[in-house]
Amino acid sequence: MTEVSTSSARFLDYAPAPESTSILHLKKSYGLFIDGAFVKGHGTPFQTISPATENTIAEIANANAKDVDTAVVAARRAYDKTWSKLSGADRGKYLFRIARLVQERARELAVAETLDNGKPIKESRDVDVPLVAAWFFYYAGWADKLDYAGLGPRPHALGVAAQVIPWNFPLLMLAWKIAPALAAGNTVVIKPAETTPLSALIFAEILQQAELPGGVVNIITGAGDTGQALVNHPDVNKVAFTGSTGVGRAIAKSVAGTGKRVTLELGGKAANIVFDDAPIDQAIEGIVNGIFFNQGHVCCAGSRLLVQESIHEDVVDRLKSRLSTLRLGDPLDKNTDIGAINSREQLDRIRELSDIGEKEGVERWTAPCVIPDKGFWFAPTIFDKVSPSSTIAREEIFGPVLSVLTFRTPAEAIAKANNTPYGLSAGIWSDKGSKILAVADQLRAGVIWANTFNRFDPASPFGGYKESGYGREGGRHGLAAYLESAGWNAPVSGANK
Amino acid sequence: MTRLAVPKTYKLYIGGKFPRSESGRTYEVLSKKGAFLANAALASRKDARDAVVAARSALGGWSGATGYNRGQVLYRIAELLEGRRDQFVDELMSSEGLSKAAATKQVDTSIDAWVWYAGWADKYVQVAGNGNAVSGPYFNLSTPEPTGVVAAIAPQEGNSLLGLVAVVAPAVLTGNTVVVVASEAAPLAAISLSEVLATSDVPGGVINILTGSPQEIAPWLAGHADVNALDLAGAEAIDWVDLQVMAADTLKRVLPPVTGAPAPSLERIVALTETKTVWHTKSLI
Repeated sequence: MTEVSTSSARFLDYAPAPESTSILHLKKSYGLFIDGAFVKGHGTPFQTISPATENTIAEIANANAKDVDTAVVAARRAYDKTWSKLSGADRGKYLFRIARLVQERARELAVAETLDNGKPIKESRDVDVPLVAAWFFYYAGWADKLDYAGLGPRPHALGVAAQVIPWNFPLLMLAWKIAPALAAGNTVVIKPAETTPLSALIFAEILQQAELPGGVVNIITGAGDTGQALVNHPDVNKVAFTGSTGVGRAIAKSVAGTGKRVTLELGGKAANIVFDDAPIDQAIEGIVNGIFFNQGHVCCAGSRLLVQESIHEDVVDRLKSRLSTLRLGDPLDKNTDIGAINSREQLDRIRELSDIGEKEGVERWTAPCVIPDKGFWFAPTIFDKVSPSSTIAREEIFGPVLSVLTFRTPAEAIAKANNTPYGLSAGIWSDKGSKILAVADQLRAGVIWANTFNRFDPASPFGGYKESGYGREGGRHGLAAYLESAGWNAPVSGANK
Repeated sequence: MTRLAVPKTYKLYIGGKFPRSESGRTYEVLSKKGAFLANAALASRKDARDAVVAARSALGGWSGATGYNRGQVLYRIAELLEGRRDQFVDELMSSEGLSKAAATKQVDTSIDAWVWYAGWADKYVQVAGNGNAVSGPYFNLSTPEPTGVVAAIAPQEGNSLLGLVAVVAPAVLTGNTVVVVASEAAPLAAISLSEVLATSDVPGGVINILTGSPQEIAPWLAGHADVNALDLAGAEAIDWVDLQVMAADTLKRVLPPVTGAPAPSLERIVALTETKTVWHTKSLI
């Protein structure tokens, strides 16, 4: 292990190039953002730490049930008195303002995100934050065009949206939730994940700079119980959740019979299918991006590599040599490829599942890299010759762990790819277009990337089949998730006469 | 001398066949005035599970058929129903106690619903899907696809034919397959409809019709892991919240109860579909 890293050190090591944190002007402690102002929470405050150093970043208020109620009341008032009375054009202008402010403070947001989440700065800087701005810009333009959203004339907002988001893309998930909700005319109470509240609180400052009317967006921090109180609040009309299938299931149960509209973006165990006629260099990069992007903390990660038997050895060899060049370490360093695991809890889960993989007799390979003394880290890992019934081929690991399976025919690839209760995403690599389209038809997944992977765009609907949840985020479909049609779609003659 | 009538034996419709309930149970179907009309099969858990197996087996072929083909098959149902209007009118008059005019109207509306939905089969994809202009060199297309196996409770209060058609047609036109529990009190039109289905070109297993108690059968369908969606249209009178909770175990898509027969709508079609978005790189030339 040491030998490999010293030999690669000769030509691959770069001098440290950390992004400065001086751009941040963090407060020592943050309150809840309710009705346009930061207020004290009534729960016990908690610390948010940097997973790369385990150092405390700030103290964060904890919203109890009473705070949740205050936030929902504020959102309802804002909906009744302000937001539902504004023209679509004016709602759009607020969203455009927010998009611009995000662009202006992009570097600061990227640094905060990387500090709090542990993801490499090159990802927060080049992927997360630009997409956040794009998301607000895209939905801003929808706000005065709802008649064209495909729901018939004059669709209306649902009311107050309760939104609970995960820690893997803290600010991006916030944008996915808030932008369409506001464009459609809803007001929002959103709860960021307990381990990554920081960028959402800076975003609250942006809302103040944008002079968004108080109560239109309320940001409350806390843990699972805060989220539960929010989702179950009787005055909420819409619930949008991104996170684990387990929690999604519990939410689906708790809202049963309430008439609340629900969208759930849950877990995944995506197959990334590589045929023997694939453009192999691109495929290798795509596989690496598919599972090691954001340390594998991606619900649509290509965690099951299905590779055609005839090229299996070649692909695995190339993957190992490519992974040996990835740099793991300080997330703020611009050269870092693999950052920190977001929390000790998540690290424990990745370790536990990887150990199970080994115990079940699967071949384990770990990229040679030096693990820093402090913080939470997991080196890129490949399990080869995994059987479809193996635990690591079935359970979502949510970490930088790739399971490699093989297939012989397209039919076998499709059967293996669909052999999961999940159905969020999939990848197909081949230079033969007709084969790609035929396979894409058969895959039961909401997003399929052909000769690419992990691409996101505000114009492109995203969401799962089966136990990966329901509803779509992004595009016209994502807007519809926050709108009610005005009874447009019954036939005016014929059957309904 | 008056002719002695030949009464029909009403059975279940599963996988294109007409089995009795495996439980051997039947229940008496009475007219509005309380006269004996027939013994209908009282479907059991096993029948429900058999129906799900049949629906799952039929899914690949039916969802793989072209929209044009599915549209023609649905239109063919309307044609055959039209030819048997009188039979259905009589059946509705006796089982629902309707006037001839009201029964005729229900039959005609049901036929027209098949025609309306038939026409959507090769069009809903264009209306519910779209190309996406993403920021980068990618072809990107979103299209709706059938959700899979749909379990439905047909409306229970009146509309014993129209209600069934109104939940089944929007589900199957996209390629879903269906297990539907007919009106418990007035199941005869549903079983007669299955005779129409069996002699039209609907492949066996695409539409499976159970008669019996929704209260008894629905929980087995709501909790069945191989069912993808649950349409509670006719579940108003039973404990449907419990059914929705059970459905959450496998994150089924759930449509809420409605009063009366659901009006034909594109919304019902789209509610039982999944949007698939396919990205493909464009080469830099």
